[in-house]
Amino acid sequence: MAKKNNVVETTGESNENAIALRETDGLSQGQIIRKRFFRHKPAVASLIGLIFITIFVFSASGIHLGTDKAPITIPGWWQYTITDIPDTNFCATSVGCPNWQHPFGQDPIGRDYFALVMRGAEQSIMVMLIVGLIGGLFGTVIGAVSGYFRGWVDAVLMRFTDFIITIPSIIIGAVIGFKFGNLGVVALAVYLGLFSWTGLARLVRGEFLSLREREFVDAARVAGASNFRIIFKHILPNAMGVIIVSVTLMLAGAILLETALSYLGFGVQAPDVSLGSLISEYQDSFTVSPWLFYWPGILIIAIALCVNFIGDGLRDAFDPRQRRRITRKDLAKKAGE
Amino acid sequence: MTITNEVILKVENYNVEFWVDGVWYPAAIDMNYEVHAGEVLAIVGESGSGKSSSSMGLMSLLAANARTSGSVKVKGTEMLGANNNLLRKFRGKEVAYIFQEPMTALNPVYTVGFQIIETLRTHFNMGPADARARAIELLALVEIPNPELSVDKYPHQLSGGQRQRAMIAQSLACDPALLIADEPTTALDVTVQAEIIELMRNLKDKLNSAVLLITHDMGVVADLADRILVMKDGLTVEQGTADQIFHRPSHPYTQQLLAAVPKLGSNAERVLETGTSAQPVLKLENLVIEYPKRGRIPAFTAVKDFNLEIYPGEIVGLVGESGSGKTTVGRAAIGLIPAKSGSIQIVGKEIAGASPKELRGIRRNTGIVFQDPASSLNPRLPIGESIGEPIFLAGIAKGAELDHMVEELLAQVELPRSYRNRYPHELSGGQRQRVGIARALALTPDLLIADEPTSALDVSVQARFLELLLDLQGKLKFACLFISHDLAVVDILAHRIAVMQNGELVEQGTSSQILKNPQHPYTQKLLAAVPVPDPDLQRARREAKAAGK
Repeated sequence: MAKKNNVVETTGESNENAIALRETDGLSQGQIIRKRFFRHKPAVASLIGLIFITIFVFSASGIHLGTDKAPITIPGWWQYTITDIPDTNFCATSVGCPNWQHPFGQDPIGRDYFALVMRGAEQSIMVMLIVGLIGGLFGTVIGAVSGYFRGWVDAVLMRFTDFIITIPSIIIGAVIGFKFGNLGVVALAVYLGLFSWTGLARLVRGEFLSLREREFVDAARVAGASNFRIIFKHILPNAMGVIIVSVTLMLAGAILLETALSYLGFGVQAPDVSLGSLISEYQDSFTVSPWLFYWPGILIIAIALCVNFIGDGLRDAFDPRQRRRITRKDLAKKAGE
Repeated sequence: MTITNEVILKVENYNVEFWVDGVWYPAAIDMNYEVHAGEVLAIVGESGSGKSSSSMGLMSLLAANARTSGSVKVKGTEMLGANNNLLRKFRGKEVAYIFQEPMTALNPVYTVGFQIIETLRTHFNMGPADARARAIELLALVEIPNPELSVDKYPHQLSGGQRQRAMIAQSLACDPALLIADEPTTALDVTVQAEIIELMRNLKDKLNSAVLLITHDMGVVADLADRILVMKDGLTVEQGTADQIFHRPSHPYTQQLLAAVPKLGSNAERVLETGTSAQPVLKLENLVIEYPKRGRIPAFTAVKDFNLEIYPGEIVGLVGESGSGKTTVGRAAIGLIPAKSGSIQIVGKEIAGASPKELRGIRRNTGIVFQDPASSLNPRLPIGESIGEPIFLAGIAKGAELDHMVEELLAQVELPRSYRNRYPHELSGGQRQRVGIARALALTPDLLIADEPTSALDVSVQARFLELLLDLQGKLKFACLFISHDLAVVDILAHRIAVMQNGELVEQGTSSQILKNPQHPYTQKLLAAVPVPDPDLQRARREAKAAGK
């Protein structure tokens, strides 16, 4: 018995030593943030979920790029495409309810709904990623540069931002759609990205204006840091909370904007679909064929939730002050000791 | 002294605890004290000793994660566990607070008068015109110039000292029986501090209020307190009259606390070994610095025609009130603020008009320690990276070699190696300032600029910090421009002292010349305003001053 105790104690001690030794290894900002992010369980679960959804969706429907005239297509593993019209399956209450042949059911003209939803999700995920990337990048860089340098750089960039804000993006989008026809989802996403960065730029600029006066910026300058390094290494991590919250909202908004523009003829055109267009098209069939409404809705919710949780996890990881909240379980554990 | 027998505040078996991460942490343990009318009780201790939280807890003003127990009686009425109505009646009317930071304690969007009138009209049945008249009367009482005009001024239009006076006027609005002053002079300059202390003493005698003074400044305590209570880690260490505590402290902690207080003029003169024949490390000639005009605010000349030389291995103290331009000089010396005219030379190289690239080269020879360690360290960067950054950017080392150098620097400032992965908020103020020094010394500079590095620290932490700085200076032999408003601190460190007023250098000389035989009236005034941590000496000085008037 005593022997056993000894063994346990020595391993416990060596573990502690290992922890102490590891702690003295210098960790960079990036390493610490990564470690903190992976400790945030909902965020990691959401990241895995989003990756899974993306792979599943893209592999099921295949990859479709290019325009109508010059399509680049890699077929997916699902047996039907969005233009196939297989035999309609009848059931007791309605037409085209889900069965083994068509797990998500069929739409009123008999198209396989699984194929449609997968195709729609593919389009929407693509829009979200591209809008997030372009909008986030433009907004952050333009806001950071104008807030950091101030003076005429700020004046020029902010007037440019005002100019972009005044352009009615929906109308211009409709005109482009009318003039050039369907340019595909990538062109639409890029277009949306080019118009959605303005709010973010304003917010980032405000953060930078206040952060650049802090003494740690002077300290970095004295240490010999270049402007580029001060902006991206020193100030940007401090502005991360604002950026992440704003970008997550932007992504949610992008799905709706995409639907609106598609409706006006720019972007996703019938017979092609997106999650937004599926919902708006079938919102009246809720009482007779509710699956037409459920599946795209569930996917939008799942994607938006994943993005929000990942954003939350990133924000927490960048904020060193964030501590784990005390849960009732911790208290119970404490009381038990 | 007019100590009557009426007990205003009686505290018995009083405990304050905070719920943090699943554990109740005690902030004050089993406190017992009384305050009589017309008496000043000073609670002394380092930050974190529980002096502020215990006094906030008296009127249930603590955060939601705190709990109190025991008994607190104000004029015989139990305050702990009292309902909100009763508490509200007592707050402001019977018990008034004066806070540390007048800028944050006064609401910036209302006029000073509005805030006083609000207090008055909450507690008394008073018409607006009467309340306004009373507010003006109160402002006159606290000696604010032109009370009829000042009543309509916003807090930002008043100076720091005037703001603190307005704050006091507000707390006196209802003739409180007990005044709780939480570090009332910490944010103020010595000369302003002297005025506020004077004011508080006069008011206390005039109104016969009881005063609970919370401070870490032994000089202020010596000047005001009748009785003293020393706190450490929530425990009452010692309690007694001012005379007892200052002359016959019985507890070792009290003795240690008193020993840590820097005493002016008691230090041996520090003589520069290398002499002044070598090339100066920092040479400022006819330096003029102007903040350019912005909109309707005209250009402001912060530094006028400034001349100063610092030789290798020398520490020069730069002293002056806030707004005198001393920080501006320090920042200009390292090229953070451009000079309008004149020359700044570091080891013979001209900074004024240097290109950014040249500046980067010159800055390798310099380091700077900032005033507020909370703001000067990037909150999102682990401190190991903050310290290593100058070395990395200078291209001296990276990877494992850099790690090693960072560890050495941490050891040099007596911090454990394992701290390198911590974020600044996980360190105490003193530790953060050590990190600041480690970063400033990373490139073994010839010149260190220290901008009020100890103003945010406790006396005992300050004493340890100054020791460390002297020790490092002895080893590394860097020259140092030490900017401070605290003459006693400068006295410990400096070979020479320069005194600044309104952007001009009014006097400079060796430490003993300045401190023992000041020539300029401003220097004399500055020296006279420093409170001496000895009640008898302070009383004698006070009487001498009163007789001089």
